[in-house]
Amino acid sequence: MAKITYIEHDGTEHAIDVKTGLSVMEGAVKNNIPGIDADCGGACACATCHVYVDEAWLAKTGERTAMEESMLDFAEGVAENSRLSCQIRVTDDLDGLRVTMPESQH
Amino acid sequence: MSEPAAHVVILGAGHAGGTAAALLRQYGHAGPITLVGEEPIAPYQRPPLSKAWLKGEADADSLALKPLEFYAEHDIDFRPGVRAESLNRGARTVGLSDGATVSYDALILATGARAIALPIAGKDLAGVMSLRTAADAEALKAAIGPGKTLAVVGGGYIGLEVAASGRALGAEVVVLEKEDRLLARVACPQLSDFFQGYHQTRGVRFELGCSVTGFEGKDGHVTGVTLADGRTLACDAVVVGVGAHPNDELAKDAGLECARGVVVDLDARSVTDPAVFAIGDVAHRPMPIYERMFRMESVPNALEQAKQAASAIVGRPRPAGECPWQWSDQYDLKLQIAGYAFDTTEILVRGDPAAAKFAIFHLKGDQVQSVEAINAPPEFMMGKLLILSRKPVNKAKLADPSISMKEVAA
Repeated sequence: MAKITYIEHDGTEHAIDVKTGLSVMEGAVKNNIPGIDADCGGACACATCHVYVDEAWLAKTGERTAMEESMLDFAEGVAENSRLSCQIRVTDDLDGLRVTMPESQH
Repeated sequence: MSEPAAHVVILGAGHAGGTAAALLRQYGHAGPITLVGEEPIAPYQRPPLSKAWLKGEADADSLALKPLEFYAEHDIDFRPGVRAESLNRGARTVGLSDGATVSYDALILATGARAIALPIAGKDLAGVMSLRTAADAEALKAAIGPGKTLAVVGGGYIGLEVAASGRALGAEVVVLEKEDRLLARVACPQLSDFFQGYHQTRGVRFELGCSVTGFEGKDGHVTGVTLADGRTLACDAVVVGVGAHPNDELAKDAGLECARGVVVDLDARSVTDPAVFAIGDVAHRPMPIYERMFRMESVPNALEQAKQAASAIVGRPRPAGECPWQWSDQYDLKLQIAGYAFDTTEILVRGDPAAAKFAIFHLKGDQVQSVEAINAPPEFMMGKLLILSRKPVNKAKLADPSISMKEVAA
């Protein structure tokens, strides 16, 4: 279990306990957090689960995969700390993770 | 209809219905929500049933759209194992199979589509299956494995995904298709050829232009598929994937205008009755970028229409128009399709099919109508934007993979 704080574009925070083994995307979707659409359900096919990872957590969340990299390249408002949240697997090490959602997922 | 106490009744607890219920709460709808589903379990994702789930790479929890507790916690009256049997639009009531009658202020029809069954001998034998529900997928998973032979009737996306998963599980697989190529209804010949070659290399056998006349069985269980040319192909299980039919009978009986599904406007609202919406596989909806109406069977469509209906009910602005899309995973291939190839004048291939990394662009003049991208996310992502913008493209640049998609679209 890891507590993850999802921050909407307008600053609204949602702190959620997410089960180890789920993805950061699944943690948001299963708790009905607005701002992560995840149209493809985690198949890395749509880039609608884009988040900005808090700088302090970048190393722990790992590297972008090749497929993720090329999907993200075309998402709106991409930054150095952009990730597709379906590609970040939740571990106990991510307890305290903070991610912020972009203004739009399209 | 944005009065706060409005009772929203959703018929169908699939991807569309489940999403609409959750979005209504996310958008702040305070009135009662009733979600009625024929299946015994809470809304779940169907795409993995032929892919990751079938191969054992995803469990039931990960299929669920939301945990079961979600519905009670968010005051959604979820009624599993119940069908809607009648709709009285005058009284605004729905009669359910458990004898209950529920009244609504807004009704969302999300009844989906059902697999078309072949009306041929032996169709009711054990081991002759379709793949639509989690229960179907359980039955299929139990029937395939090393030493088993799986016959797939229908060379569409579901058939090919099942074939790939069947091979991954060690089964022999033969695909029977009545047209002379795979994916005949949904893809161009170039893509059909590519998939056929890729599957053949991985041990799938194909019988194209082949008419299935019946299923043979022993002790009530299927043992073979009979063909019009007189042959019988032995098998242990059959999956029939020959298309789906919208579950629009309730709507038709209630006098709602239906074409290939319930006819709705850009808010997913019935053109006959403003209190009724239809979303997902059961809806026949407008798609402005193609200046026409049609019915789609895809998760992105279900989600988009759930957004449209939930927005209209709570009085939010209508979501911006989307580019329809879908995906398929087979072996190590990721196929992403954007748009539909309507009215096309030209097909342009970018990249190398032999390297399993390419995209097929369907053009109408110099506008992109659709793109089918194999392991080619930039082509898919940029293709989607080009389809939506209707911006003309430079075809010479588009055909040259050494020029990046960003530059092509610049």
